[in-house]
Formats: sequence, structure tokens, C-alpha cells
Amino acid sequence: MKLRWTINGAPGELDLDPRVTVLDALRDHLGLNGTKKGCDHGQCGACTVLIDGRRVNACLTLAVMHDGAEITTIEGLGTPEAPAPLQREFVRCDGFQCGYCTPGQIMSATGMLAELRDGSPSHVTDSLTAEPEMTDAEIAERMSGNLCRCSAYPFIREAIEAAVGEERE
Amino acid sequence: MRPFDYTRPDSLDAATDALDAPGARIIAGGTNLLDLMKLQVMAPETLVDINRLPGLDRIEAEAGGLRIGALVRNADLAADPRVRHAYPVLSRALLAGASGQIRNKATTGGNLLQRTRCPYFYDPAMACNKREPGAGCAAEGGVTRMLAILGTSPACRAAHPSDMAVALRALDAEVEVHAPDGTLRRIGLDDLYRLPGDTPEVETTLAPGEIITAVHLPAPDAGAVQAYRKIRDRASYAFALVSVAAVVAVEDGRITRAALAFGGLAPRPWRDGRAEALLIGKAPSEALFAEVAEAVLDGAVTDAGNDFKLAMTRRALAAVLAETTGLAPASTGTDKVEVPA
Ligand SMILES: Cc1cc2nc3c(=O)[nH]c(=O)nc-3n(C[C@H](O)[C@H](O)[C@H](O)COP(=O)(O)OP(=O)(O)OC[C@H]3O[C@@H](n4cnc5c(N)ncnc54)[C@H](O)[C@@H]3O)c2cc1C
Ligand code: SF4
Ligand code: FES
Ligand code: FES
Repeated sequence: MKLRWTINGAPGELDLDPRVTVLDALRDHLGLNGTKKGCDHGQCGACTVLIDGRRVNACLTLAVMHDGAEITTIEGLGTPEAPAPLQREFVRCDGFQCGYCTPGQIMSATGMLAELRDGSPSHVTDSLTAEPEMTDAEIAERMSGNLCRCSAYPFIREAIEAAVGEERE
Repeated sequence: MRPFDYTRPDSLDAATDALDAPGARIIAGGTNLLDLMKLQVMAPETLVDINRLPGLDRIEAEAGGLRIGALVRNADLAADPRVRHAYPVLSRALLAGASGQIRNKATTGGNLLQRTRCPYFYDPAMACNKREPGAGCAAEGGVTRMLAILGTSPACRAAHPSDMAVALRALDAEVEVHAPDGTLRRIGLDDLYRLPGDTPEVETTLAPGEIITAVHLPAPDAGAVQAYRKIRDRASYAFALVSVAAVVAVEDGRITRAALAFGGLAPRPWRDGRAEALLIGKAPSEALFAEVAEAVLDGAVTDAGNDFKLAMTRRALAAVLAETTGLAPASTGTDKVEVPA
């Protein structure tokens, strides 16, 4: 089936079997292998990308369902020369060990911070009717869809907090 | 994944026609269906993608309540200001489920119809009456931690995994169903979900070709306190072992209204009118809460792998009732209903 996507700002056409997930389309058909496959079942978050600006698991959705969509992957967030604040802070704070979960962590954090800015509550938000604050507990809960086998969690949290601080300056 | 045809209708009529094909099945968020298709637990021959059906992605005020379109994403429903103020138990239940990524995709209709998390249902190498009628039940004598203890049958002890549905049951929500002849009907959740009996493969009363188009919430219960409490094996991103949704009102020291729904315990969100009635007109007390828990658990069938759910349910219910009646201070997850004047 033919479909059109805008990937990291560049429009393009694809012709895919309906069984191909967004994840496999990115990695196997477009050569964008920054997005990782951990579990292929929605359990680890390694495959997180933004579709039309929202974070989703690329392994649990079909490419053909997203004709016309805008997709952002880790390759579209920044470059080695000009990294996005989250990318820079993950490096500076040692927000990884093996690095396998890192693209998913960074894409998820990108979507998560937008949700926080929109005032979306989380499971640990005390009042549903007040603006949520960015605390350690909020970040941990909101990032719970991203597992890290190396357990770099404290530094991942630190990197996210630092990136937010950097953007505010 | 087995090969399938894919179609994306742009009207309810076209979707109805597409569902007429043999082996056709709706895909909405896809977060449950694709998971099961990858394991070949489900193998539809045609996927009918309803994501572009017009008008199903809105939350609208109606008759004092809300109409939630079947395609409203779990994240959007949880964050809707009307839900956060007037139906906080629904926001809490949604936010207690899955992850941020999954809630951005998962839909209201798909969440209701997600299938059980019984580990043997997920493993095609194991016997499972739900997956393959008559094959037997590998959960018998197996690992039953995630299984149900109420409303089960010898054929199947699977629990319904949804958090959202538990809150909807406590709120007396109704599901709007579109039939192939174009008519709409509205049913409560107890009329949507069937208990397993001898046919655990038949999980709902939906007829072939029927589409869930919306969920209706009645007018909010001003003056009530609502709570959702979920107990699971890790702090986040895990299915419920036991969960409780409560809507409770107290006037002049007496409980005047009480709706209690339970997750993790049964093949559908579990409510017990007899147990709720014990609360009405009484002053809140721990002894009373214990009596209600015994009534709820009356008839439970447990084994050594899940009998911990009895004590867990007693404690969760006692905590939720203490907080919603004011016997104990409210913690995160217990909220007053706020209705705009
Ligand atoms: C790792 C992981 C963790 C999770 N944790 C939780 C949790 O803690 N709590 C929880 O509650 N859930 C949890 N979930 C489940 C998640 O909530 C469901 O997968 C999701 O709600 C299903 O919605 P969907 O739109 O993606 O459904 P789909 O996968 O698209 O569909 C599910 C079923 O519903 C049918 N269907 C969908 N829409 C309609 C309609 N409008 N009319 C008729 N039939 C329809 C489909 O044919 C299919 O059979 C988890 C899922 C994953 C993968
Ligand atoms: S409990 Fe039900 S779903 Fe689980 S193996 Fe037995 S029949 Fe299958
Ligand atoms: S690869 Fe998608 S969640 Fe693990
Ligand atoms: S850094 Fe190794 S999995 Fe996260």
C-alpha cells in the first residue's frame, strides 16, 4: 500500500505491506535505525517516536494507519554538531550506559515535557485541578513507559531536569 | 503476523459494510490487537481502521453529563478539564493504566474491549478455552496471580484488565452501540460484558458488525467524593492485582450514596449492589467497611496462587472507604467532585 509521511521535516512516499509497523518502516525501509526495537510489544519504550507531535510506541502501530502523518525520530531532534537540549544533557549527565534505550528515552522525554506544559496530570499528581509541577516523582511516573536495563534512571531524571532548566534560560 | 487486508472507511456505513467481510475486525489504537496479532493469538483477515470515522474523537456535554466518542484517546480523556473536575475517578483510573505512550494511542472503545492478560491466553503453546474453545485451561494448577476470583467458571478464570472500565462501572456509564441496520442502543457495562460460563470465548454481548460509538456519563454527583486505588507488582506501568473505584457521599454523618467497582477480581469490572446497600444510612466505621468487604468477597473462588487477593481487597476497600467518607485524610487518588455552578 502506498502512503505519504513527513519524516523529520522531509516529505516522502512509501509502498508497504499492511503488516509493517511504524518501527519496522523506519528501521528496515527508511534506514533510520536510531529508533530501537526492544520488546516489539509496547512494554519497553525503546521505539518511542513522535507522531503528529505526540509520543507513541512505534512497534504497536501500523505504518498504513498513519498516511499523511508527521513523524519525528531521534535523527530529527538535533545533530551531533547542534544537539537538542535533551540530547546534550543526556551526554553531560551520563544519562545512559549501553545507550540502547536512550533514543526512546529522549523522544519520550520530548513528548512528556510537552504534556507537562499542557498541564496534563499524571498518576502521582496530587490535585487534578491545579497545574502539575515538575518533581522527581512526576518525572519518574511520566517516564515509566521507558525501561532502562542498565538502570541509569537517576541520571536520566537529572538530564531531563537539566534540559528543562536550559530551555528556561 | 498473518497477512490481512487493510481498509480505512470514512463513514459508519462504510465501516459497517467493511465489517461484513469474513474475519474482519476493527482496529482503533491497535495497542492490544497488534500485540495479540504478533503472537498469532488473534489473526483477523481484514482490519477495519476506524480512526478516520468523523465525529468519534470528541467529548461533548449532553443532558447534564458527557458523551465520550469511542476514538477519544485515553490521555485526552484523562486530561479533559470536565472529567478532572466532575469525574475525577475516571481520570485517576486512566492515569493508573499503561504508560504515557500507550495512553496517547489507546482509545475509549478499544480500552473497553481489550482482552485478558491471563499469561496462558497470550501463549499459543498452552491450552486455553478462551483462545481455543474446548482445549482446556492451563491456568488450572498454573500461575494464577493475575487471575480472577469472582464471577469465574471452571472453564475460565481470566480477569478483565482495564482500569478505565472499573471507574466507568462505578460511574454508571453507558456504552453506545451502532448496529449494522443503523440503529443505536445504549447498555450498561454489566450488559456489555458476559461472564465466561461454558463459553469464555464469547466476552461481550456485541453482535457481529456492531461498533461502539461512544460512552455516556450521567450528570456528575455533586457532593460526592471519588477515589481510585490500584495495587500492582510495581509502582507504575503494570496491570492491577486489585483495584477499587468508589463514589461515596456522606450527609449529616451518614453515608447516603455508595458505588463501588473492583478491578483485577473478575472477568468484568465487578459491582455488588448488596454490598453497597450495607453502607447506606450508616455512620462510617472500620467494622462497617469490613462487613462490606466480606459481602463483596462472598463466593470468591481462590487458590494458593491468588488467595492473597482476599486480604488485599479488604485492605484496599477499607482504605478507600475511610478516605471517601472522611474517616481518614484523603491521599493522592481521592478527590472531591467539583461541579461548576
Ligand atoms: C505494555 C502495556 C501495558 C498496559 N497496561 C495497562 C494497564 O495498566 N491498565 C489498563 O487498563 N490497560 C493497560 N494496557 C492496555 C491498554 O489500555 C489497551 O491496549 C488499550 O486501551 C486498547 O485500546 P486500543 O484503542 O489500542 O484498542 P485496539 O487494540 O485497537 O482494539 C482492542 C479491541 O477492541 C476492538 N475495538 C476497538 N475499538 C472498537 C469500537 N469502537 N467498536 C468495537 N470494537 C472495537 C478491536 O477490534 C479489538 O478487538 C496496557 C497495554 C500494554 C501494551
Ligand atoms: S483462565 Fe481463561 S484465558 Fe486463562 S488459560 Fe484458562 S481459559 Fe485461557
Ligand atoms: S520496542 Fe516498542 S515498546 Fe518495546
Ligand atoms: S542505557 Fe542501557 S538500557 Fe538504558
